[in-house]
Amino acid sequence: MTMQPTDLATYNFAYLDEQTKRMIRRAILKAIAIPGYQVPFASREMPMPYGWGTGGVQVTASIIGPDDTLKVIDQGADDTTNAVSIRAFFAKVAEVSTTTSTADATIIQTRHRIPEEKLGEGQILVYQVPIPEPLRFLEPRETETRKMHALEDYGLMHVKLYEDIARNGHIATTYAYPVKIEGRYVMDPSPTPKFDNPKMDQSEALQLFGAGREKRIYAVPPYTSVVSLDFEDYPFEVNRFDQPCALCGAEGVYLDEVVLDDRGGRMFVCSDTDHCEKRRAAGHKGTMAGGEIGQ
Amino acid sequence: MTVAGSVSHIEEPVDRPAIPAADATEEKPLLSASGVSKFYGSRIGCEDVSIDIWPGEVLAVVGESGSGKTTLLNCISTRLMPTTGTVTYRMRDGQTRDLYRMGEAERRFLMRTDWGFVHQNPADGLRMTVSAGANVGERLMATGARHYGDIRATAGDWLGRVEIAEDRIDDQPRAFSGGMRQRLQIARNLVTGPRLVFMDEPTGGLDVSVQARLLDLLRGLVTDLGLAVVVVTHDLAVARLLSHRMVVMKDGRVIETGLTDRVLDDPRAPYTQLLVSSILQA
Repeated sequence: MTMQPTDLATYNFAYLDEQTKRMIRRAILKAIAIPGYQVPFASREMPMPYGWGTGGVQVTASIIGPDDTLKVIDQGADDTTNAVSIRAFFAKVAEVSTTTSTADATIIQTRHRIPEEKLGEGQILVYQVPIPEPLRFLEPRETETRKMHALEDYGLMHVKLYEDIARNGHIATTYAYPVKIEGRYVMDPSPTPKFDNPKMDQSEALQLFGAGREKRIYAVPPYTSVVSLDFEDYPFEVNRFDQPCALCGAEGVYLDEVVLDDRGGRMFVCSDTDHCEKRRAAGHKGTMAGGEIGQ
Repeated sequence: MTVAGSVSHIEEPVDRPAIPAADATEEKPLLSASGVSKFYGSRIGCEDVSIDIWPGEVLAVVGESGSGKTTLLNCISTRLMPTTGTVTYRMRDGQTRDLYRMGEAERRFLMRTDWGFVHQNPADGLRMTVSAGANVGERLMATGARHYGDIRATAGDWLGRVEIAEDRIDDQPRAFSGGMRQRLQIARNLVTGPRLVFMDEPTGGLDVSVQARLLDLLRGLVTDLGLAVVVVTHDLAVARLLSHRMVVMKDGRVIETGLTDRVLDDPRAPYTQLLVSSILQA
């Protein structure tokens, strides 16, 4: 549609053809109408391997317009291969403007993190999901898990949490922590750390989940209740960190551990690179900000 | 019973008779099957079977392999839709309901609260990859128990009642012997205080001494809890030890019913006579 004349074969706007986009949009609308329900859709082959975000890319391609600004993060970082490639992909096939700034983006495609900065109305968070079925490792039969969702038969989910406590003394699930949406469907929030679960609850932004290989789309509309499952005597808790970010000194954010040398040296830095950079630009300094790494 | 508190939304019957139909308030059968037939194509699974199960009674279904025992059990326990016939069940609120006219959600709820099903092969009835405690606790969690400490305490209590040492609570059933697995399966079924338990060859595949212990345990539990039990077995000794009443099946049909001692001591149908006389006298 808006492609420049070139010798190369041209694509339709945002790579997918219009029929495919309509099909995916219908799945998205259904997903929004039934929060947490996994809607099957006819996932297409994308020019990237499964596991690299084919589901997320298809969702993004279906909702993106020429006026959108796209941000892509991979484990919170804007500068990893996956994030850079997908950003470049949409810059090429949809000619949209891209950004690394959370506040400026209208669509944020993410792999395994929710940005630290609070998302607002009008923003859309698109998750790349490897395995959408929260009950998969407990019940291998797809026919049975669908029935369990339909009948709200979720006792098994607590069996998993029970096993965690029995084995480890606490709920040891730290990512892909199961949540209940609007008191009805149990949903896998994709492998985000459970640290991010509270951000999903009553979020102002629309959250869409795309699983390309498993051919499922699900959604959490804005202002929807998202409750992490737990026991009365073992309530849900988020990950805690003993120290602030070594670069920007931020506390109460999700940190990555970075090994510095082969003598046990390590540092903890913000997993959300955009958040960290903004804080440093605003003058916040962590313990290692002045050194070689800080530059 | 200890579990009553954790499944409080299920009405606990005030009194359960240990002897069949001894109580005048329990006049109606718990489960009633009438004219149940199941055809596999042109072959017969079971044909025109009508049986009643009364509260607190143990009914044995005996017969040779292929006589339709398991088909009948599956038909009356909603695991297999019969071709014709009706199966009704008297719910805890006293209402009699047609099992195959209930919604699936309701049926599942019934199956995991008011019923138990003990499989011949414990691996079919257990989750082999989660601990014994979680296996016993699963039904409690499925019916809304959300307190880890309480669930674990109830599971530990039930392991004790089926003679599994309490320090095995965090072991997986894979680490258990056949007899222990079968006892674990029984505990898992009884934890919600069911009124009716179906058992498919519960002692199959166990050696004789383990069988004897299991039967002893079952007999104790059934009497203590006033359970109604339908037990399918080809072993007449099991029927003699456990059951009050007996149904003898051959080629998918019921050929004789009666009190267990009467059927075994004074069999009327020729086939039953053959069956009884073919027991090896040790």
